[in-house]
Amino acid sequence: MTFALIFEQLLNGVQLGVMLFLLAAGLTLVLGIMNMVNLAHGSLYMVGAYFAITVGQWSGSYLLGVLAGILGTLLVGMAVEVVALRTLYQRDHLDQVLATFGLILFFNELVAILFGRFALFASLPSYLQGHIELFAGIRYPVYRAVVIAVGLLTAILLWYVVTRTRLGMLVRAGASNRTMVGALGINIRLLYTLVFGVGAALAGLAGLMAGQIYTVQPGMGELILIQVFVVIVIGGIGSIRGALVGALIVGIVDTMGRAFLKPLLGMLLSPVAADTAGPALASMLIYLLMALILALRPAGLFPARG
Amino acid sequence: MIKPLHSLAAGALAAMLAFAPPAQAQQKSLKIGFITTLSGPQGIIGKHMRDSVELALDHLGRKVGGLQTEVVFGDDQFKPDVGVQVAEQMLKRDQVDIMAGIIWSNVMMATVPVVTGAGKIMVGTNAGASPLAGAQCNELYFSTSWNNDQSPEAMGKHLQDTGVKELYVLAPNYQAGKDMVAGLKRFYKGNIVEELYTKMGQLDYQAEITALRAKNPKAVFIFYPGGMGIQFIRQYVQAGLRDQIPLYSVFTVDETTIPALKDAAIGQYEARFWTAEVDNPASKKYVADFRKKYGYTPSYYGAQSYDGILLIDSAVRAVKGNVKDTKGMVAAMRKADYKSIRGDFKFNNNHHPIQDFYLLKAVKDPKAPEGITMHIEKKVFEDHQDAYHKECKMKW
Amino acid sequence: MGRKVFWAILILALLALPPVTLALGQGFYIDLVRRIMIFAIAAVSLNLILGYGGLVSFGHAAYLGVGGYAVAIFAFYGVNNGFLQWGTAIGASALVALAIGAVSIRTSGVYFIMITLAFTQMLYYLGISIEEYGGDDGIRLKMRSQFPLLDLSDGLQFYYLVLGLMLLSVFVVHRLVNSRFGMVLRATRSNEARSRAIGFSPYMYRLTAFVIAGAMGGLAGALLVNQVNFLTPDYMHWTRSGEIMFMVILGGMGTSAGPVLGSFALLLLEDILSNWRDPRWIGEHWQVILGPLLVLSVLFFKRGLAGLFTRHE
Repeated sequence: MTFALIFEQLLNGVQLGVMLFLLAAGLTLVLGIMNMVNLAHGSLYMVGAYFAITVGQWSGSYLLGVLAGILGTLLVGMAVEVVALRTLYQRDHLDQVLATFGLILFFNELVAILFGRFALFASLPSYLQGHIELFAGIRYPVYRAVVIAVGLLTAILLWYVVTRTRLGMLVRAGASNRTMVGALGINIRLLYTLVFGVGAALAGLAGLMAGQIYTVQPGMGELILIQVFVVIVIGGIGSIRGALVGALIVGIVDTMGRAFLKPLLGMLLSPVAADTAGPALASMLIYLLMALILALRPAGLFPARG
Repeated sequence: MIKPLHSLAAGALAAMLAFAPPAQAQQKSLKIGFITTLSGPQGIIGKHMRDSVELALDHLGRKVGGLQTEVVFGDDQFKPDVGVQVAEQMLKRDQVDIMAGIIWSNVMMATVPVVTGAGKIMVGTNAGASPLAGAQCNELYFSTSWNNDQSPEAMGKHLQDTGVKELYVLAPNYQAGKDMVAGLKRFYKGNIVEELYTKMGQLDYQAEITALRAKNPKAVFIFYPGGMGIQFIRQYVQAGLRDQIPLYSVFTVDETTIPALKDAAIGQYEARFWTAEVDNPASKKYVADFRKKYGYTPSYYGAQSYDGILLIDSAVRAVKGNVKDTKGMVAAMRKADYKSIRGDFKFNNNHHPIQDFYLLKAVKDPKAPEGITMHIEKKVFEDHQDAYHKECKMKW
Repeated sequence: MGRKVFWAILILALLALPPVTLALGQGFYIDLVRRIMIFAIAAVSLNLILGYGGLVSFGHAAYLGVGGYAVAIFAFYGVNNGFLQWGTAIGASALVALAIGAVSIRTSGVYFIMITLAFTQMLYYLGISIEEYGGDDGIRLKMRSQFPLLDLSDGLQFYYLVLGLMLLSVFVVHRLVNSRFGMVLRATRSNEARSRAIGFSPYMYRLTAFVIAGAMGGLAGALLVNQVNFLTPDYMHWTRSGEIMFMVILGGMGTSAGPVLGSFALLLLEDILSNWRDPRWIGEHWQVILGPLLVLSVLFFKRGLAGLFTRHE
């Protein structure tokens, strides 16, 4: 267990966290500002991956695919909001749960009909392949480093928009007092549609980046969805800062747990016990963490709503 | 406004309950019930199986054993209780004569008693749960696939025979994962430097790959079916390990996952009883016609299903269409008197095939629609019996 | 349509189903409807805490799992006495519900959902890793629970038992929510601060309801294992919790007919759509139809399916 190994695993944890952040950011915005539980967020993640890969392969340009992924998901998100979800803001959370679950079924099956159930093949352009040499002989994949960079940049951009721009102020105001903002002459419906669209675009970005390392197939969103919910609960609903911190915590704890829990337990218990307890504990780790944080801070780390 | 709606709903409900599909005259025809997974991401395997069954029917002129045949397909949704329900439905509502299929061990374990309890024969075309090869073997249950442990046993033998001194082992943390590793260890006696069970459905293996690279073993063995395998292999290759540490696997790289992996699959070693390259007339015909009809290369899931139909065909022929003669059908099936895609083989006492296993390597192949084929490197086992047949009390 | 008329029709239809379908040679429907009724019991129990108590538990499938394991483990060791098995199923689920509830009910809203979800996931992973009881391959039940006077291996007798238990559970919940206990429970849902001001401790009422719901879930689990003659940890997966929740929401939360209507509607739809032969793509891709149907039902049936049949609740 060298320092280099620990550092590399930390990087892995940060990278996982950054991916989770991109997904959590959109979800927490929609839940915190529009008070809407959107289970279909995972479907938008999937849509982003599919758009990016198909356009990328058809056009031969990876960057064009990325653009298509982000824009395509933005449009799909806004369309879904207008057609299906708009009337649900005032409804009970549970009605939103059922409706968005219906959307999950629909999108998964639609993708299966259009693209088949075969997992999709995705490839990186050559300039994103390979490794970079860090200190102490650590070789980190270029692509993963890019993911970290993109994620952090997006976090900064989001923070800036939400806290320093007029648009961000409107969004936050719309959350606390919808009618007042409407009375000021702002088109609150358009605002909500835009926010939803941005949340969708973020999910799409996460999806297209994940599409290069994770399997792209119908239902890929649901595999990651629980972790995303854990992140926003830990971070505090409605808070971008909370989503980032929560995501990094979850990413790092999960990764370090998988990497070091078994050897650590092996030092304390017998090897056989560590063999069974290690993996079991590692999979439960983020849930235990969440329970612990909620016990101390019942509304998460940085609750946004008053 | 509510009244017409509610009476419509009530009427629909009543209609649904009374819905009865037209009963079929059984005399000159055969009904086979085929259960697989058609929805969800695992539906890809169901597609392979269904396409193969359809091809088998084409090859037999839509007449299995000389009888006009209808195959009723059912979707178990990857759930044992749904599998049981579908089986009950096929037995009671569709009145099938014989059942086949099932991908998953837990669905199989739940469903076989239902079928055999109704006095019907079940031809398993994938799931290789060990109890069914051992203590719970049944006169009415046949397998055209294998026992789960056999493929890792073959891989273990190869690794042992070629003197691979140390092995790093990874598998998901569930029963099948543990069974695979147990099968591996039955024949591999070298040093297992690490035996790691990861979370089911885990997406990111970067942490495990980093740890693996730090340990720098001579070889790695994995069992990661479906999406997990695609992720692991991709990430393994992206980490630059493909050329550094040889990767051996079972049930991970096959024709259902190669389209998603493409070149990332090249160089992968697998152990199996069949591949599109297997050289016998039945298999060659199957692969050629399958590629022509569907445009992709069939997998072993499909080959097993195709074989299942041929087995049923041979039995129905032997009893001259008198499918109700179950004893006769069983006796005929035991003979395995048909041209199987694995070549000539015998059934063991537990109704599982005694068959050869090969070491395969994924190589570039311009003739394959996907550009990649599982190439036979060598034969590892000849006429290999599974480890559980002695626990089966059947003797014949 | 009045409530009483609705129930009369439903009960009569379910009573008449076996002889009618047997006469038509469609005996399979007895198995199907029996399976639906078992899930209806689970939905009824969830409705108690979700519909009336406002506790959105995403971990309800855990109790079906615990109940199922109780029966299966007893059977594994050759103990087939139904009273012992089912009694333990109910008792064990109640205990687990007590443990989980004691911790979870301190939170609320989305946090409560996530905590209950987390607990279910942990139980699920625990179930998978216990190889002794089959891990995720599951265990087969060699024979159904044995009771004096009743033979559960007779599909018909089992059917009527399940029907009776379903009606009993609906009745029990109905009485419960209309009792003083139920009034307080519903009050804590609509206005927690006020109920506290009157002097009630919402925590104890909610916990009690949670335990009762868990116990009923355990019974449903025991029935499910008998129905399928098989147990897997899969019964505890969070997606199963979701399915039960959808039945409650679709049927109409906080109504007595809701969970029954919801489970029948959802499971019948699933069965009919997935078996659609012509055109075949419907049978293959039935979820692309079910999904939008669910969305439409939320958009148009504001109080669920039960809202169609009854005026007020």
